[in-house]
Amino acid sequence: MKLTLKIWRQKSAQTKGAFESYQVDANEHMSFLEMLDVLNEGLVEKRQEPVAFEHDCREGICGTCNLVINGRPHGPLPGTTTCQLHMRHFKEGETIVIEPYRAQAFPVIKDLVVDRSPLDRIIQSGGFISVNTGQAPDGNAIPIEKDVASRAFDAAACIGCGACVAACPNGSAMLFTSAKVSHLALLPQGEVEHNRRVVSMVHQMDKEGFGMCSNIKACEVECPKEISVTNIARMNRQYFSAMIGSDEK
Amino acid sequence: MSWVSTLFTSSLGRKLVMALTGLFLILFLLVHLTANLQLLRSDGGETFNLVSEFMGHNPVVQTVAWGLYLFIVIHTLLGIRLWLANRHAKGQKYLVQTKANASFASKNMAILGILIFAFLMIHMGDFWWKLQFTDEPYALLQYAGMSHPIEDVYTGVVASFKNPVVMICYLIGYLALGIHLWHGFQSAFQTLGLNHMKYNGLIKFLGTAYAVLVPLGFALISIYIFLMQ
Repeated sequence: MKLTLKIWRQKSAQTKGAFESYQVDANEHMSFLEMLDVLNEGLVEKRQEPVAFEHDCREGICGTCNLVINGRPHGPLPGTTTCQLHMRHFKEGETIVIEPYRAQAFPVIKDLVVDRSPLDRIIQSGGFISVNTGQAPDGNAIPIEKDVASRAFDAAACIGCGACVAACPNGSAMLFTSAKVSHLALLPQGEVEHNRRVVSMVHQMDKEGFGMCSNIKACEVECPKEISVTNIARMNRQYFSAMIGSDEK
Repeated sequence: MSWVSTLFTSSLGRKLVMALTGLFLILFLLVHLTANLQLLRSDGGETFNLVSEFMGHNPVVQTVAWGLYLFIVIHTLLGIRLWLANRHAKGQKYLVQTKANASFASKNMAILGILIFAFLMIHMGDFWWKLQFTDEPYALLQYAGMSHPIEDVYTGVVASFKNPVVMICYLIGYLALGIHLWHGFQSAFQTLGLNHMKYNGLIKFLGTAYAVLVPLGFALISIYIFLMQ
């Protein structure tokens, strides 16, 4: 299948970028990233600079790939990362616009690669349990009801790809932060520190320059792991109760 | 910083203020609509004028009214500030703007809010300003059972709504209000952290019904007066 790609090219964070058009001959069984590999091989053969994009596991679980395809993070399919999106979902002769994630907190490093380290710093500010909780068998030693465990797992499914920030017209990271707050707070090991954790993570999120949630919920639609905005409500609840009623001053 | 200023300068704290002031304004709309319903009585405006007199002079209502004005100002100014901060946080927009992942109302709350505020200024200038700051804008009427004559606001309202330009301004205002409420009502509960399978359905139902019925109520009353002989 012959496709026209309109791709954002930008040499570095300091330089200005612009869209450039490319022709690529892809095959419908390729993943989106394999199609880009074909494009890059062609560019290298022509001694041109290949398009920089991020990828790692290509199995939909690492959260590294992060393109905005025709205005939608990870493309048009629900619950799918870019690497798991296949070319059969596009039409012969179609023009596909590929842009990097847009958010002030995620500056472009090169072409389609953005700096997502603000998400790492949010995790570092509180997305952990301070004591050694042992190995996997120790976790299983505490009986937890199935529905509680499932809710925690649904939140823990977040791969930190940042599609929520990219989809949000406000550039807000609240779906990500709330998923990380929730998956620990819902389990007994994480519950102990939940007041301190939510305050610290929310304040770090604010410091990183993310926007504020106005419940547009585009994040939930675009999230490849289908994280629910219920987590944002839980984070709000926990933050207000921690600020107003926690035991610490 | 004390915990209070930390709370209210945080992103979630500012959203909390938007939600709480918004819910207060939502409640107020119901009070206003109840008063407006009195316009439909065929008693030459007596009940409406008595309600206006009560609203304008009862000390408790007057105290709450100043709270209402304050909340309108806070909700508007903070809303605009958050909108600007969010635009800055987004930075460059996408070349392809998709409609696939969010509702029109949720993405345009600030524009709708500014439209409602502009409408509110016209509305307040039309009635409230005249009543508060001009000498006897309306004729005085003496009703049985009242110790003193009261202002005939009813005739003023009818005169205003007979003007097609005013009428169109009001209808645009009601429409903006309806779309703003369509998102705002449910959004306020989500911000407060009130999201639960037990009552999500109820909030969604009430929010949708409120967003449709309240502005529609205002609009039908206005149209009725416009068409009234």
